[in-house]
Amino acid sequence: MRLAAWIVALLLSAPALAERAIVVGSKNFTESYVLGEIVAQRLEGEGFEVQRRFGLGGTLICYEALRSGEIDVYVEYTGTITEVILDAAVAPERSALVEPLAELGLLPLPELGFDNTYALVLAGDRAQALGVERISDLRGHPRLRIAFSHEFLRRQDGWPGLRERYGLEQEPVGIEHGLAYQAMVRGRIDVTDAYSTDGDLERYGFAILADDLDFFPRYAALPLVRRDFPQAAAAVIGSLEGRIDAERMRRLNAEVVIGNRSFAAVAADYLAEEGFAASPRAAVTWRSEMLANLIRHLQLTSIALGLAVLLGLPLGIVVHRSARASRSVLYAAGLLQTIPSIALLALMIPLFGIGLVPAVVALFLYSLLPILRATVTALGSVDPTLRRIAVGMGLTPWQQVRHLLLPLALPNVLAGIRTAAVISIGTATLAAFVGAGGLGQPIVTGLALNDPNLILQGAIPAALLAIATELLFELLERRLIPAHLRQANS
Amino acid sequence: MTTAAVRFAGVTKRYGSAEVLRQVDLELAAERTTAIVGESGSGKSTLLQLINGLVRADAGIVEVLGSDLETVDLLALRRRIGYAVQGSALFPHLDLTANVTLLARLLGWSAERMATRLGHLLELMELAPELAHRYPHELSGGQQQRASLCRAMMLEPPLLLLDEPFSAVDPITRVGIHAHFERLAASEPVTVVLVTHDLREAVKLASDLVILRNGSVAQAGPCDEVIAAPADAWIERLFRSQLG
Repeated sequence: MRLAAWIVALLLSAPALAERAIVVGSKNFTESYVLGEIVAQRLEGEGFEVQRRFGLGGTLICYEALRSGEIDVYVEYTGTITEVILDAAVAPERSALVEPLAELGLLPLPELGFDNTYALVLAGDRAQALGVERISDLRGHPRLRIAFSHEFLRRQDGWPGLRERYGLEQEPVGIEHGLAYQAMVRGRIDVTDAYSTDGDLERYGFAILADDLDFFPRYAALPLVRRDFPQAAAAVIGSLEGRIDAERMRRLNAEVVIGNRSFAAVAADYLAEEGFAASPRAAVTWRSEMLANLIRHLQLTSIALGLAVLLGLPLGIVVHRSARASRSVLYAAGLLQTIPSIALLALMIPLFGIGLVPAVVALFLYSLLPILRATVTALGSVDPTLRRIAVGMGLTPWQQVRHLLLPLALPNVLAGIRTAAVISIGTATLAAFVGAGGLGQPIVTGLALNDPNLILQGAIPAALLAIATELLFELLERRLIPAHLRQANS
Repeated sequence: MTTAAVRFAGVTKRYGSAEVLRQVDLELAAERTTAIVGESGSGKSTLLQLINGLVRADAGIVEVLGSDLETVDLLALRRRIGYAVQGSALFPHLDLTANVTLLARLLGWSAERMATRLGHLLELMELAPELAHRYPHELSGGQQQRASLCRAMMLEPPLLLLDEPFSAVDPITRVGIHAHFERLAASEPVTVVLVTHDLREAVKLASDLVILRNGSVAQAGPCDEVIAAPADAWIERLFRSQLG
């Protein structure tokens, strides 16, 4: 186990030893990607070395990543900071946030200029026909059909508070957010909730109702960094202060969602329009990106698999003689297997932060069962007469393992490792959610954008990798196992 | 002063509440072949496994090659005891040569010494050189059985334990292996303990006979003496039914 820890430490320190780049993170939705790309390219335009860690699976993951130094900056919203991070009644204004964030070692940089808050929207022509411009105007139209996303229906800063503040009497129904716009377009519903900078609002020409009683909290976008963030870089990012208004953000989002353009291209255009220096590496070729993802994917799976073999094999050897110990160990390993992979990854975050470590640990735990089970069953099925001979002829316990048990168990053990490897390659695509990168990166982004091409850029190499792994193990079997002892499985 | 290679004194062995061996006193003469016969369940396999410590006695003393089994270095002792069982039990992942020389290799024998000993044994057992690198499943039943005798004898042990080693081969092959075994026993100064349920085989191969019944020694002594003077009616019936 000490060796294993040492290997992990080595692999983790490798990137840290390289030049200290500024790591820019993002969450896994369009706007966050675009803003991440804008911040990254802005820094690159001024000569900073930048690393991108985009598509992190949520606020808490980004926050943990920022605090632990896995990332150095990402764009957050003031409302989210008060709601999720501070968990206290602080006004969602930058000035009010500076102090409580300082206690956490964090620093909010100047606001970018737009507010991505909740909004109520109405089909454009309906709004005109009814003369509805403000949320207060809804009071005069009790028959309007309202459908809200389930989250909005429940949140205190959603419907319950809104109804009270504005004295609304409509009875809204719940609807999946992804379906609401279509329902609006087809005239099935009249009003729904939206994010105010959603690029789709542009596409459908929805009218945003003014929050005339100031109910919705501010979700002003601002870059969040640690207090030890380099001043020079902070000044460069600070130059974006107030340079993106809501209208502009909606358009940038729409260029990605409707115009099908890449984040990088949209960000580059924006920076050019604003007269900022262009990033020398704004357009990363998809090939080099895929190669980097592939290498990271191999790193993730091979470290996890290696550790699982290092632990599973000896553990299997130790416990296989006792039916009871085998049962308990297999039961425990089986229990781990039942945890959904995305949940297991999430569980790792409080323990190991984000990045490579939690992903490797989760994959390691998943790989353990197939290897353990294969080892225990294979060793258990070695002919007892052969064991008796091995003991009787004077082999030491280690010699019995080395010269009889392991060689005979090898076909099964290899098959177990092979299963674990293939499972790992598949599961590792989820590691992008915790910022570990890999082939899951384009998949996560593709899912956020509903872009099948991007998804395939991750899925196809992952599938090829799985096939290559199968072939590799077949080759290994041929090399290591005499023909008559091979399993008839291929 | 003793010429016994193995000595049992008041040995009792229980499995749970069942007493498999009861107060056994027995001496097995050095450099002779002793056959232990008895019905299944008479305790003969247990008696054999007490000798190389695969089974430990609950009471009494087992002395092997001059050492008390309670205090001896078991690993070292086992390497001085050849052991072969029913069905050859060759290791399936090793070829014939690797099977026979496994322990010699682990003990660091020189290649030359190993080759000499292996060549001698293969010749004695009439295993042709082209068989040397075949895997067990590529050998006939008789060849496997002979190879397992080679393995048991590789380290030139002073004591050889055989647990029904010939019972898994067909009768004609068995006659051939008996001949090979006799050549081996004659050419090496080795004490052989042979467990068998076949009285004919016992009388043919062994000089001494031990008859076990329900965990006790019913009769022991040189074969011809035992056959000439059965100790009781049960043994007499046994001889009559099996030896004709």
